[in-house]
Amino acid sequence: MTKLSRHQMAWRAAQDIEDGMLVNLGIGIPVLTSNYLPPGRDVFFQSENGVIGVGPEAAKGQDDPNLVDAGSRRITLREGASVIDSSWSFAMIRGGHIDVTILGGFEVAENGDFANWDSRVPDKGPLVGGAMDLAACAQAVWVIMEHNTRDGRPRLLERCDLPLTAVRCAKRVYTDIAVIDVTPAGFLVEEIAEGISRDQLQARTGAKLAFAPDCRVLRAPAIDEAGSR
Amino acid sequence: MAIDKRVSSAAEALAGVRDGSTVMLSGFGGAGFANVLIRALREHGAKDLTLVANSATHPLSRTHEIVESGQVRKVICTAARGRGKELSPFEQLWKAGKIELVCLPQGTFAEAIRAGGAGIPAFYTPSGFGTELAKGMEVRRFGGRDYVLQEAITADLALLRAEHADRFGNLSFRYAQANFGPMMATAAKLAVAEVAEARHAAIPPEQVHLPGVYIDRVFATEAAGR
Repeated sequence: MTKLSRHQMAWRAAQDIEDGMLVNLGIGIPVLTSNYLPPGRDVFFQSENGVIGVGPEAAKGQDDPNLVDAGSRRITLREGASVIDSSWSFAMIRGGHIDVTILGGFEVAENGDFANWDSRVPDKGPLVGGAMDLAACAQAVWVIMEHNTRDGRPRLLERCDLPLTAVRCAKRVYTDIAVIDVTPAGFLVEEIAEGISRDQLQARTGAKLAFAPDCRVLRAPAIDEAGSR
Repeated sequence: MAIDKRVSSAAEALAGVRDGSTVMLSGFGGAGFANVLIRALREHGAKDLTLVANSATHPLSRTHEIVESGQVRKVICTAARGRGKELSPFEQLWKAGKIELVCLPQGTFAEAIRAGGAGIPAFYTPSGFGTELAKGMEVRRFGGRDYVLQEAITADLALLRAEHADRFGNLSFRYAQANFGPMMATAAKLAVAEVAEARHAAIPPEQVHLPGVYIDRVFATEAAGR
């Protein structure tokens, strides 16, 4: 079975970002997608702290502690960028102006319920940040996560077990072995990794899967550890 | 008398702050923390404070200093998780029941503060509906969608960081330094700005990001300027 790496999952999601979109990327694997946009797509990345037009991470010595993204990375700005305050930034998010947000996740349910903020780590304090606003209000919510937990439990479920980030919001899930749409009728597999059968995918999933009539093979180019192709 | 909001020491900037105050602290991801004033608040010693800050645990903020010193009884924030496996000072005190915690979605947090400074007592938001953070909140349906009712947040004191100020209290921010600062300044009775440089001469109007009417005191950490 050919599983996708973290960078390959990011690459796969990046292929679906359309020209002209305003996109918000969550911390972790999602921010990697900005490295893999297909040529010719002119996209603005928004960061919840008010940056519209996030560019690549700043080089050491060129960085500015006042120019950071949601993950506290020191960043650059792209041409045409602007910076606003947090209430304006979240007005943009809540107001439905973000075309797509790509978020890391713990669980997605077949009705689109989504859990990504509280994995019930004992004693640690809560950390929600902007996840609930983004998940509830972006025009589309795409989730990147491994298909199964480390101990093999499914992350795609009939009902989420972990505390929800937002109800009925997830539209598409990119896992290491499949691309799955969340439709009114439940999970619909669009792509499946090489060397895994439909039955095997179903066995690793906690809800009923349907398969698109043109269900394709999930492929991604080889990407080295550092992230450059 | 000619307006001049500049003060000459961090202690003067916090003069009159009382025990039991609600204190807003701006800053996000290393940008906009008023760290000189936060340390001055620790030295001032006001206790029983309610902090309103995006993060209770960000490593680049000195918020932890007033948490560790036992000055804080309640925190309203969006992030309260330390980075390491060890519990942060905040997490230890919270787990011991010594600090009360309210965790809000960040957009709700920002808008509650904006509303507090804009004369809006409460507002409906779709964020958080159906989640544990919205438990017990009033829900109302508008146009087929569910919203939760969030009350505004106001404060006694706001501490924010900007790049430049003038004697009128006008501020200009550098890149993402503004974050929660503008709304916090509007929602607090006493708004104090920490800046790199505060000049006597006015910032050109088109370069003012936050009007000085919202700022009561300005403390310059590097240069008083003329």
